[in-house]
Amino acid sequence: MPIEKVRLTFLDRLIKEPVIYRVGRDFKVETNIRRADIQEGIGWVILELEGEQKSIDDALEWVRSVGVRVDPAVGDVVEG
Amino acid sequence: MSHVLSLRCKECSREYPVEALNVCDFCFGPLEVVYDLQAIAKSTSREKIASGPNSLWRYADFLPAEYNPAIDINAGFTPLIRSRGLAERLGLDELWIKNDSVNPSYSFKDRVVAVAAAKALELGFDTIACASTGNLACAVAAVAARSGMKSYVFIPSNLEAGKILGAAIYNPTMVAIDGSYDDVNRLCSEIADSYPWAFVNINVRPFYADGSKTLGYEVAEQLGWRAPDHAVAPSASGAMFTKIYQGLKEFEATGLISHVHTKMHSAQARGCSPIASAYEEGRFVIRPVKPSSLATSLAIGNPADGYYALKVIEASGGSAVIAEENEIADGVKLLAETEGIFTEGAGGVAITGLKHLVETGKIKRDESVVVYITGNGLKTTELVADVVNPVLIEPNVEAFEAAMAARAAK
Repeated sequence: MPIEKVRLTFLDRLIKEPVIYRVGRDFKVETNIRRADIQEGIGWVILELEGEQKSIDDALEWVRSVGVRVDPAVGDVVEG
Repeated sequence: MSHVLSLRCKECSREYPVEALNVCDFCFGPLEVVYDLQAIAKSTSREKIASGPNSLWRYADFLPAEYNPAIDINAGFTPLIRSRGLAERLGLDELWIKNDSVNPSYSFKDRVVAVAAAKALELGFDTIACASTGNLACAVAAVAARSGMKSYVFIPSNLEAGKILGAAIYNPTMVAIDGSYDDVNRLCSEIADSYPWAFVNINVRPFYADGSKTLGYEVAEQLGWRAPDHAVAPSASGAMFTKIYQGLKEFEATGLISHVHTKMHSAQARGCSPIASAYEEGRFVIRPVKPSSLATSLAIGNPADGYYALKVIEASGGSAVIAEENEIADGVKLLAETEGIFTEGAGGVAITGLKHLVETGKIKRDESVVVYITGNGLKTTELVADVVNPVLIEPNVEAFEAAMAARAAK
């Protein structure tokens, strides 16, 4: 089963939204929070996602659509 | 000999064997190389370093791979120049320019790739790879050519051909990816997981990053075995910035220099400033951005070491500074006109950042300063194309003299 490691960055207005819960419930993707830091105004979560590739892709597309930024957990690998 | 003990997670401190690993299995934190500094202190000396090769391998005791002359591309040990014109223009008594634009493929990336490739060979890899929009591609292709390795270079398909000519000339396998910047990121992560290659800034990143420690060692040695009061360096992922400081601190820990008091200043461009913006807002959380900057070599919107760069700023008492997009080319021109050094946009950001740090009083006239120039301007000539404006004359002396008189009258 494909696994993806991402960093979700939340802005203020979304921190109360149960985004990760909905990824599991609505897209049948297993989630595992490895690290997180939620502060006033901004927060991030390093998240492992396991499921069918299409389900992971759909879930992340939905996460983006609600205003959460999705990046590779290890940072950008494309360098100048 | 190498004095590496292990790899260790920077977040949860779990230890790992010295293999091609970059992420902690438990918390997904980044791994770093752990050295036996006591053993290094016994093995190293100023005399030993000074009699070593004229490349970054003079610091082999502090690096994760053994020195192998057969594959040394002579990265590093670049000039540290005492500034006259720029120092006078900015109002500084002791300004030094670390000119890393004269590395073999014309950027500091030769340092990190040289170390990554040497370690990759030790670990049994025959292929190195990277995803890049410029300097890193050049370094990977050049170092691979020198070391007899195969190389794969992934680039976004919308990149101008001229930007990667400096890599293509070394004959790597170059793959242009038809997709967004995010698509390129994701595909390369997947490829790194699937192929038995040393992807320099992914699976061998801990070793790769340590190549930048030599930017700290060299400056200390070239200053006569001392650390400067201030260091100003451009930041993209933040890795180089943190490693310069680590290099200085390791020289201190091994007794090669006395107390390191260097204030570290990170310079970014307005169009991609996730580290400097976090600093300005007083937070340690990096907010990733979509890069849009003339300083293309600094365009990393989600910097892997951004948090650690902020910690170095805090620990050293330094700062972060932003160059406006319309100041970048001016910074490039100022360095060229005053010192005879032609740098790329990242250098323009560093020079502009230095100027702002002096103007705001963060750097004072009588303090010693090193500014890092990390890439060469000949790769990105379009940034300053407007300087080409020759005086056109008829082929006779009268025309020349009339033109010069008109010019003097302006």
